Amino acid sequence: MTTILDLPVEEYMLPGNRSCAGCGLGIGLRYILKALDGKCIMVVPASCLTVLGGMYPVSSVRVPWINSVFPGTAAVASGVSIGLKALNKENDYTVLAMAGDGGTVDIGIQGLSGASERNQNFLYICYDNEAYMNTGTQRSGATPRGVKTTTTPLEGKRHNPKDMPKIMEAHNIPYVATACVAYPIDLYDKVKKAKDIKGLRYIHLLVPCPSGWQYDPKDTVNIGQLAVETGAFILYEVENGELRLTGRSRRIAMGGKLKSIDEYLNLQNRFLKFTPEEIEEYQKEINQRWEILVKRDKSLQKEEN
Amino acid sequence: MKTILEKGPKTETQKNPKSYPSGTHIITGNQATAIGAYLSGVQVVAAYPITPQSPVVEELARFIESGELNAEFVHVESEHSAMSVCIGASIVGARVFTATSANGLAYMCEQLHWASGSRLPIVMACVNRAMAAPWSVQNDQQDSMSQRDAGWIQLFCRNNQEILDTVIQAFKIAEKVYLPVMVCYDGYILSHTVMPVEVPNAKDVQDFIPPYVPHTPIDLKKPVNINPVTLPDPRQNADGIVCHGYLEHKYLHHTALRESFPVIEEIDNEFKERFGRSCGGLCSTYKFDDAKIVVVCAGSISLLSSIAIDMLREVGIPAGLLTLRTYRPFPNEKLLQLLHDKKLIVTIDKSLSYGYQGPICVDLKSALFESSSDTLLIGYIAGLGGRDVKPYEIAEAVYETWDKYNKGKIVKRDLTEAKWINCKY
Amino acid sequence: MDENEVRLFFRNFKEVDLIQIRWHGRGGQGAVTAGRILATAGYLSGYIGATSAPFFGAERRGAPVIATTKLSSQPIRDLSQIISPNIVVVLDHTLFKSIDVTQGLSNGGWLIINTPDIINPSPKFNIVYVNATKIATDLGLVYAGVPLVNTPMLGTLLHVLPKIDLSSMHKALEYFFSPTALAKNFDAISQVFREARVIPLNNSVIKG
Repeated sequence: MTTILDLPVEEYMLPGNRSCAGCGLGIGLRYILKALDGKCIMVVPASCLTVLGGMYPVSSVRVPWINSVFPGTAAVASGVSIGLKALNKENDYTVLAMAGDGGTVDIGIQGLSGASERNQNFLYICYDNEAYMNTGTQRSGATPRGVKTTTTPLEGKRHNPKDMPKIMEAHNIPYVATACVAYPIDLYDKVKKAKDIKGLRYIHLLVPCPSGWQYDPKDTVNIGQLAVETGAFILYEVENGELRLTGRSRRIAMGGKLKSIDEYLNLQNRFLKFTPEEIEEYQKEINQRWEILVKRDKSLQKEEN
Repeated sequence: MKTILEKGPKTETQKNPKSYPSGTHIITGNQATAIGAYLSGVQVVAAYPITPQSPVVEELARFIESGELNAEFVHVESEHSAMSVCIGASIVGARVFTATSANGLAYMCEQLHWASGSRLPIVMACVNRAMAAPWSVQNDQQDSMSQRDAGWIQLFCRNNQEILDTVIQAFKIAEKVYLPVMVCYDGYILSHTVMPVEVPNAKDVQDFIPPYVPHTPIDLKKPVNINPVTLPDPRQNADGIVCHGYLEHKYLHHTALRESFPVIEEIDNEFKERFGRSCGGLCSTYKFDDAKIVVVCAGSISLLSSIAIDMLREVGIPAGLLTLRTYRPFPNEKLLQLLHDKKLIVTIDKSLSYGYQGPICVDLKSALFESSSDTLLIGYIAGLGGRDVKPYEIAEAVYETWDKYNKGKIVKRDLTEAKWINCKY
Repeated sequence: MDENEVRLFFRNFKEVDLIQIRWHGRGGQGAVTAGRILATAGYLSGYIGATSAPFFGAERRGAPVIATTKLSSQPIRDLSQIISPNIVVVLDHTLFKSIDVTQGLSNGGWLIINTPDIINPSPKFNIVYVNATKIATDLGLVYAGVPLVNTPMLGTLLHVLPKIDLSSMHKALEYFFSPTALAKNFDAISQVFREARVIPLNNSVIKG
């Protein structure tokens, strides 16, 4: 397993960028680009990442970067990858499409679904900060239930988010994984593995957002870790239909215990003030999903035996 | 403009598609389009089916699957993605082609602006079809006319030969001025009607179109961020060089369109020298010089109108015809030069700027505003949603206008309101 | 000319030497292909103007469909729909029950029918008839259970359009068929040409 000492020293993100203080996205992108050795062409739709990348004529990232319209990420990435193929340059780069949750689970899902069905050759990373953060924290299809956003200002979101990794799994693509910026080595390993797989690879990356989630910017890593430690977000990967828990989630499944969810909820002001019954309900749902995934992970059972 | 040298379309000598050796073929407009894209050495095709465009992509898919054409076909799930794929592939240096119609074109809308704003030489066939609602799969030109402000070059074809020739010319124009080109032709009337078409030799076409040199460098050692957020005002880069603001980018985009007039004409002339056929450059005329009343239109209705002109001439009316081939950029100076001494003009639009008049009518009016003459311009609307237009209907419209004019009976309303041919309301 | 005379002149204006053929069939019978082959054969026989178009719109299997072919010594400029054909070809005699196939057919025009029995709906037209279904079936020109009568029926037109002969028809077929299919289709056309019964009205022969 990779340790922090094994990481390449080369940096592809330049010091200083336009993201918010405490933004988790910079942490994520830094390790993603390290894992790809900077040999990639990025495709990025309108999103926080566009802002991070910098305004013309300066850029904070040292890799070729193609901006795209909001719904077009997966199709533009398809075009980049097929264009490279037509020019016999397919092996020179990893095509990295990187869009936010709104750009993936909402407006971008059609193009991504089409590209997945065609198994186009690129790595798609959805960085999920659980709302439309770039436009000012509006509700998205990935926003959890009970979250106040600027478009659910009083009642909070009343619906559960889409399970996007599961949707991507249903497309039978070669690689689906989840990751969280609070566990960068886990992310690094997954990107590195994905890099060597041909076809459409999908990583769903949880990115805590201090401005949208309304917590102290210093707590980004804590919140990200809590999301995993409480089971609100679970780290796993799926290859050829085989699911395998990874990193912290795997260690919890092998003998640890999920932390109680209210610890995670209470640190963030975005959640409604839940009643004890509501928290119990929330906890129940999280436990159910946790058990399903643990059960699916056959490798865990082998290791236990 | 920065450029890097990329691998050209084909190094080996390209052959004609098996079913279309050079020579005359009796083929549809859609077949002509597919052959044109084939001969132009297209490397990536991404398209989504829509009536009446579908046979274009079916034919290209056949060329590619049979191995005759060494290109990639992307079976996208929508027109939006078709244009997105074209954008991605064009940026990395591939010669790309797509085709669509009506609602498909409308669905691409934001990407049309993106393609032109990125200055990508994408060539697209727009098989002109009516815009819903209500549903109609038949011909008019509302689809492409509605996208006239998307920053593309728009060329209209009169017959299937012009479709094939224009697709080939379009690649050369696009890659010279770094602008996308929309090749527009009437659905069904041309797309599904066979007629004799001279298919050129692939080698000659290959010699005619030089290899594509993209202006969007992909270089790991010198990476660039293509189309990031751009501020209204110019701004310094890391080396202290002042770079354009958004407004300057748009100025350059517009200037490139305005400066493409001579390129479009030169390429048509060069095509004529090499292949013996011209598509009319910016616009073409018929029985024009001595004409006192001129019909102006675009697309296949030009052929019908030429019959109407013959009819009118036979009854002693000095009618002539001007066919717009290049609609965007709008050749206002050329039109002013041709039409400044014509007193009476009849435009025939197969589309409508709802709430005003036909687009050709309106644009021509603004072009002639610079003319000091007392030109009268009457705008007719015809053939919406596939309504059959007969030559005699055009002749009658011109005759009525001529008659009224000579009797001094043209009223303000004739000049300010769209007049409808064969409207049974 | 006064206004009415001018209007009449416009409406009756005909481009020289224009032959207009309308095909009636059912979706899937191949009327469109037949029209295209005829245009090709026409072009190869010296008609500089040769176009063919399907009915504009969606075609449904089994439903009545129309295709049109125009032939002329001049390039064809009028791409509008055919209102008054000189020749009507009916691929399926059951269509007589559901639609007016002779609509617009001028007096002295040609009505060509694929039928087991003679049908003579009007004494105004020249008639050609043949049992192309039987010929196609006998020659094994059947696809997905449907006898392919579209190409065989081209044989009837050789009686009506003397400028087009069997050899140019053969050349036209080369654009559409593989060698095996071509031979079969050409045999069918030849047989239809031989077996077609021609009943001319006052011995009129079409110009062209």
